[in-house]
Amino acid sequence: VEFTKVAADPSIVNLGQGLPDISPPTYVKEELAKAAAVDRLNQYTRGFGHPSLVKALSEVYQRVCGRKIDPLTDILVTVGAYGSLFSTIQALIEEGDEVIIIEPFYDCYEPMVRMAGAKPVFIPLRYKNDGETASSADWVLDPAELANKFNSKTKAIILNTPHNPLGKVFTREELQVIADLCIKHDTLCISDEVYEWLVYKGKKHIKIATLPGMWERTITIGSAGKTYSVTGWKLGWSIGPQNLIKHLQVVHQNTLYTCPTPLQEALAQAFWTDYKRMDDPECYFYSLSRELETKRDRMAQLLQEAGLKPVIPDGGYFMIVDVSTLNVGLSEGDEKQPYDYKFVKWMITSKKLSAIPLSAFCGPETKRQFEKYIRFCFIKKDSTLDAAEVILKNWNKQTA
Amino acid sequence: QTHFLFLSLQAKMSRPVQARRLEGIDKNIWVEFVKLAATYSTVNLGQGFPDFPPPDFLKEAFLRALSEENHMLHQYTRAFGHPPLVKILAQFFGKLLGRELDPMTNVMVTVGAYQALFCCFQAFVDEGDEVIIIEPFFDCYEPMVKMAGGTTVFVPLRPRAPKDGKLMSSADWQLDPAELASKFSERTKAIVLNSPNNPLGKVFSQGELELIAELCVKHDVLCFSDEVYEWLVYDGKEHIRIATLQGMWDRTVVIGSAGKTFSATGWKVGWTVGPNRLLQHLRTVHQNSAYHCATLAQEAVAQGFQRELMLYGKPDSYFVQLPKELQKKRDWLVQSLDAAGMKPIVPEGTYFLVADISKFKSDVPDVPSSDEPYDSRFAKWMVKNKGLAAIPLSAFYSGAHKNNYNHFIRFCFAKEEATLKAANDILQKWKQEKTSP
Repeated sequence: VEFTKVAADPSIVNLGQGLPDISPPTYVKEELAKAAAVDRLNQYTRGFGHPSLVKALSEVYQRVCGRKIDPLTDILVTVGAYGSLFSTIQALIEEGDEVIIIEPFYDCYEPMVRMAGAKPVFIPLRYKNDGETASSADWVLDPAELANKFNSKTKAIILNTPHNPLGKVFTREELQVIADLCIKHDTLCISDEVYEWLVYKGKKHIKIATLPGMWERTITIGSAGKTYSVTGWKLGWSIGPQNLIKHLQVVHQNTLYTCPTPLQEALAQAFWTDYKRMDDPECYFYSLSRELETKRDRMAQLLQEAGLKPVIPDGGYFMIVDVSTLNVGLSEGDEKQPYDYKFVKWMITSKKLSAIPLSAFCGPETKRQFEKYIRFCFIKKDSTLDAAEVILKNWNKQTA
Repeated sequence: QTHFLFLSLQAKMSRPVQARRLEGIDKNIWVEFVKLAATYSTVNLGQGFPDFPPPDFLKEAFLRALSEENHMLHQYTRAFGHPPLVKILAQFFGKLLGRELDPMTNVMVTVGAYQALFCCFQAFVDEGDEVIIIEPFFDCYEPMVKMAGGTTVFVPLRPRAPKDGKLMSSADWQLDPAELASKFSERTKAIVLNSPNNPLGKVFSQGELELIAELCVKHDVLCFSDEVYEWLVYDGKEHIRIATLQGMWDRTVVIGSAGKTFSATGWKVGWTVGPNRLLQHLRTVHQNSAYHCATLAQEAVAQGFQRELMLYGKPDSYFVQLPKELQKKRDWLVQSLDAAGMKPIVPEGTYFLVADISKFKSDVPDVPSSDEPYDSRFAKWMVKNKGLAAIPLSAFYSGAHKNNYNHFIRFCFAKEEATLKAANDILQKWKQEKTSP
């Protein structure tokens, strides 16, 4: 909320908040126009999810997961993936519970866990490479450290893959380590997979729910906003076994009851279009990923040429950058503020370029570890990246 | 070590997986009745939504928004409300409430009025708090209070016999002032007011609102004022906003709905209006639960309100035309039901009407051993056998009071003429079946 205000200024090149400035695909907008023209689609639909949408979701995810998914009992449609996180946590987490959160983390996980009365237990991803160009794959969990975080109070672990802000795509082996611990301690897994289609060459998105013993204890969360570049539609979903989803449904029916109808209908039609071409490279799930890979590579190059050290993401549309080497004189701001906050404020004011400080994604213990990084969003149209290029090319001239 | 792990796992597995806050709130009447209507009904006067479209100017606004060259309306907007919408709401409701409103701090947009209610209960109700609910009530208030850990305290509207020969009016259902006063305690945190009232259609009078206001001020209690049907008032009645009464602005959250205002329930756009000292806490809940509301519908609703601001009070205003249309439909259904032998309670507002089905009891025999309230069994029988869907009044009562008024059902009359005619046909046929040998 804090940083959105600052970057609302149109003279600033906004690579901060994670929202596309590229257009959603035309057919998606057309489906919405069609849906809105049907009278009854402007009135309430089924609370737990518009029938045609849950049907489409079940088909797509049945194919991806290789298991039967019942559209009525195994799926809940929510107000964005955010709403799914909220429904899941309110449904299954309470006072006395501990929830493991991997740092850095999408910032809402912590307050949501606290709002449910539970205790967040943090574990950081640690950098394990001494090479020149860092990759998100170089950031890993220490298995022994992770195992130590599990105890009899651990109700759930929140997994985010592809990861925001790092862009890490957890490997099968890494997921297996987590899965083994979940099974051993009878822990739930809340798997935030909103960037599931945005995985770059050589990497594969694996759903932890497909690992043995995991379906029955995992809620997998997805997002229309990230899938179709329509963050303003605020539609997401939770998929899992009936005995867990039914509790999410109870939360949903007592919080907002239904999600908007025309948007759900349009989304259903968009999903059918892409479901039918899931074997075709032109499927939006793959074409968007290819488009973003080019932007990722361009962004990385620009940053490197400006003397910054980007961490190349394997997935997602964010890139973190080590800015400590610049050692920009930041006498402004108070001492207690982390370096990255000061850096970003300075960068916005003097360079007219915005990003998000990485310590915003950390628990209190780890802020110092991550304060030399800032996060850029690269799901931006060419003209935005052109403007960023101009700033970055002139960067050293002005700072010298 | 394995032994301890085994024991702790046993303990974990014997505990239910769901959180305790879900206790007692899993049942929901709508899930069942919506399914029944979908399966059996030929005429659906059950769930409250219009079967006519939103007005053209609103649909056009939506289409314009989604096809704009600048496609950024498909992306996130301001979390607490799309700027054009909060600005016009502040202007519009500022006029109605007689005070200057700041769009950024006195208004918050929500996912329907439903989510506005949720934010209120979550923001202000804690374990140990009591919340007064007037019966009959829109059913979600009770589980929302429970989910927040609060205690519900119910006070009924009691029907008084209508003047000789006349049909009962929703105005004949009233609070007993002494009874109401007795419900306020030092633990009372809030009272939920719904005017115009769903399901009865009651429009609380100045006197009734003053009574509630005095008690709120005396006991320092908040008021959650659910005013979603604010424009649907008939017979020249006035919808009075409790927030305009003495001492009330500072302790009231006013809740509104685009779905009801513009006949677009499927858009799920609602709002809260109130003092910053209260809205700041709603913002906290909102940013940790839904965060952003969908942008496009907010843009379209903003344009809808712009139009209505310009036409306010004029004959072309949708807020003038809609109640005019609905009053006709109300009168039509009242006539229909009366002719058939069901006794309608004429609503002063909303698009709901409650009718006494006592004369039809012979069709659905009483089952004393049944847990289910009579009107619920009646409504289920009616949709399955007559194809006419309505909602039992007991759905709007707390568990302990479900059998107090169990021979009433609620009809929604926000329906096309053809639908109301079809309903009439079913009712007349049914009546004939009863009277013919």
